[in-house]
Amino acid sequence: MAEFIGTTKRYGTVLAADRLNLAIRRGEFLSFLGPSGCGKTTALRMLAGFETPSDGTILIDGVEVGAMPAYRRPVNMVFQNYALFPHLTVAENVAYGLRQRRPRVAREDIATRVARALDMVRLGDFGPRRIWQMSGGQQQRVALARAIVNEPKILLLDEPMAALDAKLRAEMQVELLNLQRQLGITFVLVTHDQQEALSMSDRICLMGKGRIAQIGTPRELYDRPANRYVASFIGRANLLPATVRGVADGRVVVTLASGDQVEVAAAETVPGTAVEIAIRPESLSLSPHPVEGTPSVPAVITNRIFLGEHIEFQLTHPVLGVLQVMVPRQTERMLPGADVGATFHVLWDRGLGQILAED
Amino acid sequence: MALSNRQARWLLLGPAGLWYAMLLVLPLAVVLVYSFGERGAAGGYQPAFTLAQYANLATRWTAFKNTLMLAPLGTVAALLIAYPLAYFLAVRVNPRWRTLLLVLVIVPFWTSILIRSYAWIFLLGGRGIPALLADLGLGDWRLINTPFAVLVGIVYGYMPLMFFPIYVSLEKLDRKLLEAASDLGSPPWRSFVQVTLPLSLPGVATGSMLVFILLMGEYLIPQMLGGGKVFFVGNALVDLFLQSRNWAFGSAMSVTLVAVMLVVVTLYMRFLKRIGAAREDVGLM
Repeated sequence: MAEFIGTTKRYGTVLAADRLNLAIRRGEFLSFLGPSGCGKTTALRMLAGFETPSDGTILIDGVEVGAMPAYRRPVNMVFQNYALFPHLTVAENVAYGLRQRRPRVAREDIATRVARALDMVRLGDFGPRRIWQMSGGQQQRVALARAIVNEPKILLLDEPMAALDAKLRAEMQVELLNLQRQLGITFVLVTHDQQEALSMSDRICLMGKGRIAQIGTPRELYDRPANRYVASFIGRANLLPATVRGVADGRVVVTLASGDQVEVAAAETVPGTAVEIAIRPESLSLSPHPVEGTPSVPAVITNRIFLGEHIEFQLTHPVLGVLQVMVPRQTERMLPGADVGATFHVLWDRGLGQILAED
Repeated sequence: MALSNRQARWLLLGPAGLWYAMLLVLPLAVVLVYSFGERGAAGGYQPAFTLAQYANLATRWTAFKNTLMLAPLGTVAALLIAYPLAYFLAVRVNPRWRTLLLVLVIVPFWTSILIRSYAWIFLLGGRGIPALLADLGLGDWRLINTPFAVLVGIVYGYMPLMFFPIYVSLEKLDRKLLEAASDLGSPPWRSFVQVTLPLSLPGVATGSMLVFILLMGEYLIPQMLGGGKVFFVGNALVDLFLQSRNWAFGSAMSVTLVAVMLVVVTLYMRFLKRIGAAREDVGLM
């Protein structure tokens, strides 16, 4: 569908995008995720045609578009603050793209398609309204309608939900997914919100410092982070130094700095290698006593934070430092006495935890 | 001492209200009353109620004709020069140079208009541009004391009043809108016509109003560059009040000028509403 081939963007000496290689598949929902300044917006803007790559190129449907101006590209964008035309009505905004077509699209045709697009975003009756008469959430829908009415090959979304409140954002996410399923258009979303990326995307392209850190399904990024950056950006992780002890039939046993031995997920490594292990707080559990057959590390509870569905425990171990453990609400009842100051055992079930590659 | 809301309101409105009453309403009322009077035997004003002064207006037709030709023409010319300049400075120029260039637009106006008009007398006079044209073999041109000279003078003098409102409206134009237009398939020139231009119309409206209204009352520039041959209503008024001392006729002329101005401004506002520059969202003036 679209392909970044060694695409690089330099601003003076700053590398905003560094040799991006990525193939976007037809009909998928792909998110560029990362902190501000990671290059995700630059990548999107190069795809839209607002920036020209300094090096490498971009293909859309096999056509090289590196230097093609935005107004010739078969893609449309939903802008972060919508960028709706304040001097036009809602319907005129939506019709704008169709009116630019040459040869011209028939008037009745435009009217029909605009009405259909407005219906799709549930703004059927709002056509004659002025932009300033619309709420933030409605403006967002207008922006969406203005883009999809052109039936772009790729719909680009630049942090479209950043300005919405939490509840509206959740609604809009569901609506976007439905829309994508209906239209079958390829969606490319830029976001700094990992929840948004995890819940909506078919694949996530996680970026950092202008480079692609990892591309994969949300599950792959969460369960098998490629490196320390991915592990700490997506979700939360305890990062622990360790030494590989033994590798056998897809089983990897490591020795933590504390001397305890745990089994982690399979990885390509050899005994004796110094590695870093990432384990999610919800993969660990707590017990007042050691449990037969399950490795555990004793540590002192230093914080207990109520989060609604979960309780977060922070425990301190003299060698390993702070360990975060996330306990579901129901399980908490089975942990009497788990208060600040008490010593509990942090249980490490077999096969959990991931050896991280170097960044 | 605590002031009630009501007292505070009057206290705050007081100075402006007094100013307005003493310097605008009262003089206008006096002028209106005078316009129905007669010239005193020794000049000045003598109470009467006659329409004779208004009946006599036709004798001063040339002043009205010049004003009503050159004020709109000057406004349009100032617009045609100021808009591209404002566009260049607000949209195109590297922001690093913008302040410097803006200062360059303003600096000439630190000098009195009187002095600058004198400069134009020399530029347009026999030994200025006409001499240069003659040397280049481009014929014999007389510029000073022509409508053209007055036009040059007023466009030069009033251009900043046109420039700044347009500059401000272009400067606050959201660049994302142009990206959106481009994204939706509009090449740059069409984006200009469909997005930039309509959104800068409030600035155009403000600028042309300011310039037009002031030009209708202009006195100094026609006096200096028109040399008594190209005169505005303002020049005729000075003549009537100070030379012929016919205050009644002068007042009738003033009232007529104000009336003409009101009509033109009202028509212009209507026109702007119609083409959509005066929408609530973009705000007019």
